[in-house]
Parts: sequence; structure tokens; C-alpha cells
Amino acid sequence: MNITGQGALVTGASRGLGRALAEELAARGARVALVARDPRPLGDVVASIRAAGGIAHAIAADIADKDATHRIAGQAHGLVGDIGVAIHNASSLGPTPLRLLLDTECEDLAAVLEANLVGPFRLTKVLAGAMALRGSGTIVHVSSDAAVEAYPRWGAYGVSKAAQDHLSRILAAELAGTGVRILAVDPGEMDTVMHAAAIPEADPATLQRPIDVARRIIAMIEDDAKAQSGARLAAPSWEAVS
Amino acid sequence: MIARAYSRHAMRTLPGLPGGVRAARTNGSPPTLRTDEVSRHAVRLVSIGRTDDTVSLGRFADLPTLLRAGDLVVVNDAATLPASLFGCTQANEPIELRLAAPVDGSRLIGVVFGAGDYHTRTEHRPPPPPIVMGDVLAFGTLVTTVVVAAGRRVELIANAAGDALWQVLYAAGAPVQYAHRTEALPLYSVQTAYAARPWSAEMPSAGRPLTWDVLLGLRRAGIDIATLTHAAGLSSTGDDALDRALPWPERYEVPRRTVEQVHAAHARGGRVIAVGTTVVRALESAANTGALVAGSGVATLRLDAAYALRIVDGLISGLHVPGESHFELLSAFAPRERLQRGLQLAAMHGLSSHELGDSCLLL
Repeated sequence: MNITGQGALVTGASRGLGRALAEELAARGARVALVARDPRPLGDVVASIRAAGGIAHAIAADIADKDATHRIAGQAHGLVGDIGVAIHNASSLGPTPLRLLLDTECEDLAAVLEANLVGPFRLTKVLAGAMALRGSGTIVHVSSDAAVEAYPRWGAYGVSKAAQDHLSRILAAELAGTGVRILAVDPGEMDTVMHAAAIPEADPATLQRPIDVARRIIAMIEDDAKAQSGARLAAPSWEAVS
Repeated sequence: MIARAYSRHAMRTLPGLPGGVRAARTNGSPPTLRTDEVSRHAVRLVSIGRTDDTVSLGRFADLPTLLRAGDLVVVNDAATLPASLFGCTQANEPIELRLAAPVDGSRLIGVVFGAGDYHTRTEHRPPPPPIVMGDVLAFGTLVTTVVVAAGRRVELIANAAGDALWQVLYAAGAPVQYAHRTEALPLYSVQTAYAARPWSAEMPSAGRPLTWDVLLGLRRAGIDIATLTHAAGLSSTGDDALDRALPWPERYEVPRRTVEQVHAAHARGGRVIAVGTTVVRALESAANTGALVAGSGVATLRLDAAYALRIVDGLISGLHVPGESHFELLSAFAPRERLQRGLQLAAMHGLSSHELGDSCLLL
């Protein structure tokens, strides 16, 4: 898939990996709809992408809000036209400092599932139909090694990401032959606000820069042959095309 | 008499019939159709032959078995706008704006109604207070200036454009509602499974029962699917003179890929089946010079029994009774007598003519 000229949607786009993905997509000629809850930092990111010559639009919405699903899809289609790339990047750790799963309130687990699993599911359902009938589209779920490894204290997040990985696989199976690709991508550890909230003691110098990870994820989107639908891919070992 | 002129979605009850039942009047035996909503997974389908004199009843979910490998199904992928906006004039008089066309920059085109809400049928809603050029109309945080006013039909310039306009539009707007519902329809309930750009003032509802299961079933059966985008307008303005002119010219866009799919289907002996009359209008308008042309245009075509179809071979539609203009439109596909027998079969089996109800296939 060639990124240039695509309509793209990125959630959690006001900071960290989401911001880097939106910047990189726009730099490569995509028209990008950026989704985030807080309109102020989101507006700043959109302004900076536009200042660099990119096409970017802001949608202030919470992916965990059921009523926002069609608003997000409608605004995005109204602003950037047909959407060829959707990246589910927004996610919630739940309360920090991270707690043992056994100490996690059920409401907190439900809220994490809503943001990391049910929200992306709803939005994918709304976006994938038009992609399938056009015969082309890529949907990326940003996963985590916490989806695979059972880390104590990462329970709510890990459970949501494990479920999201399987959501990817089932969607890929159902969409086989339609031209819509579903990818799950483990970005690896990055120097982001979210990482600092989860592991405050980590040394930023040992972490990846979000822009480097974003470039690798976009390389995956562009490489239909190597990044096949249903695959769970690791960004750190993927070759970036710069 | 019925006030709604253009009945792509017209929802009417005839006086004198119980429980919101509406009538399909035939010679001496008026079959009645239910008017309740049907789950999109449970829609039933009346098949009416275009060339063979048959009518039959089945499940919409079995559509793949009713078509043939090599056929092409064409859908309208326009999403439904939150086209209903409540607000007020400068003199604080309550109004409702219903968008009639896609958002064009910061320009909004629509119809203004007076006080009241969807619980009052459109044709019974009071007219808006007089509106003239230069008036300011506010809908929540969306503030607009009237630049064209022709009775209740208006063109407005919003005080916002781009991201900000779309944000306030989706915050302030709701789908155009149906009078008989007690609760307002949420935006998700008026979208097809493949909705893309928000161009439609009301739902292109013929595609509502096309669940993923049916769409994937069509593919498995060797039946191709193509898309176009057509800005379905309002079904009613509440004004007789305006209603008589419905449907207004509507914007459409036919992708090059769809033109190729249509040509390929016809070349292999397949049939082109339009899902909804908006698709018929778009395809036939895009072929008004003889050959089907890709690109965008404005559909002004009116379909009736005299219209000779150039591109479309079959139609999937909601159920419509004689007296509605939509029924006349269906008569471009099959003789009236056969359509009426189809409706009688539908009535006998309790099918619904609601826009979110059951379906017919004219092929």
C-alpha cells in the first residue's frame, strides 16, 4: 500500500507514538485525521503538521465513548475523504502507579477494556465496510509485549492487549479476501509519557524514540507482502524505510 | 391527503386505519402493510420479476442465492449526516434546520422548520418565522448567517469551517427523526455497514439489511459489489410546493473502478442490481450521454414507468405503496399490477413498509 494520497486516521494522536505516526503519515503525503480527547495539545500537533506542509485535521473525541464512534468516523470522512489507513493507537493503562490485577477495581478493568478493546472494535466496524467494498485498507492495532507476557501489575492493560491481539486475528480471518489488512504491532519500549507513567524509573536513554517506531510501523503498512493480514509484528526488529 | 411528495423514505399513515397501518390499495382489496422497524438481521424480501410474471417471498439473508454468479450489486456508501439541528433565530424563536445536501466548505443548505420536534409529523410542523438574507441563526455553538432564503429553503454560511465546523456539527446535530418513534434515533442506527463520506441527509436505507454476512455471502457466491456515493436528500420539507419538486438535484460521484465493474458485469452477461433508488439515479445520470462515465455530477433525473433504464437491470428497495412517488419510481422496473401483487404478498405475511423495515427485489 502506498501511503501517499491515502486518507488516514490515528487515535491517541496528541502525543507519543500517535503523534509521531500522524506526523510521519502526513510527511509521506497522507491526509491525516488525528483523534485525541484533549483538544488543546491535539490542536498544537495539527498546527505543527500543517506548518511542515502536511494535511492534518483534529477530532476531539474519546474512543472509549460509544456515542463518539460515528462522530469520529463521520468527521474523519468529512475532513479527509475515504479512509485507507486506521491506526488504533490510543490506549489506557488504568490507574497508575500500576496495581496488581487482584487489587484492580472491576470498574477500572472495564474502563481499560472500553478504551483498548471495545472502542477500537466499534471504530473498526464502522471503518472496515467501506474499505472492504473498495477492496483496500489497512487497520493497525498497537499492541504490547504485555499482551503475551504475564507481568504482575500490568493486568488490566495486558488483558486488554491480549484480547486486542485476538480481535486482530479474528477480524483478519473474517476479512480474508476483501483487501482489508488487519495488523497487530508490538512497538517495543518507547520514551513516552505513557511509559513514564508505567515505569517512572526507566532511563529514557535506553528507550526507542517514537518517530523511529512510527517509521517502522509505516514501513509495515507499505509492505503488503511481508506484513500480512492477521500477523502480529514487532516494530523493533522491523527495518524502517527512511 | 398525504403531504409528503417524495417518498424515498416517506412514512405515512392513512386516516381511518388502526395502529399506524398503511394501505396498499388495489382493486377492491387493500392489503395493509405493517409500519414497525425490523432488525437488520431479520429483514424479509419480496422478489418481483421484471420480465417473468412472478412474485415470491424470502429472507433478505438469502440474497446471494437469489442472484447469479457474475451479477454486480452497486451500493451507495454515503454516510448519514447528523442533519437535524435545533436552534433559534435572532428573535429567539425556536427553529429546526434539516440539512438537505452535503456540507460545502462553510456553506450549509437545508430546510427550516418552526417550533416543535420530531413527535409532530413533518407535514404538520408549523412553518418557520420569516427568514431573510443576513439573518443570524444559531444552533448550539454553531452560528450561521443566511445568504439565500427562499421560503423555508435556506443557504447558510457557518461561523466555522473545516475541523471546527465538523466538530460542532456532530456535537449539535442528530439524524433526521421519524414522527412515530417515541425515542430519538441515534446516529449509529441510520448508517449502513459500509458508510464512508457523510453526504446523505437521510439514510440510504435500502442498504440497511446488507449485513457483513450478506456482503461476504455475495462475494463467496461470485457476485461482485461496487460502490458509489450519492447525496440522498430530504424525503419531505413540510411544504407542498417544495415537496412537489423533490427529489432536488443531488450530488453523486461514481468511481472509475465502479464503471469498470459495471462494464465487466455486462460483458460477462451479469446484471447490475442497484441497492436503493439513489444508486439508480446516480448510475443513470452518469450515463445520460449514452456511456457510463466516472466522476462526479448532479443527478436531476426523474424515474417513472416511461423511463428506459440504460445501466441498471434490477433494484433492491424498501416496500412502497401506490400513491407514493416511490411506487411510481418502482414502476420503471415492473408493471404496476405486478408490483401490487408483490405488496399483497407482503401484506399477507406481515411485512413492514417502514424505511427501517422489509425489502423488495425487482429483477
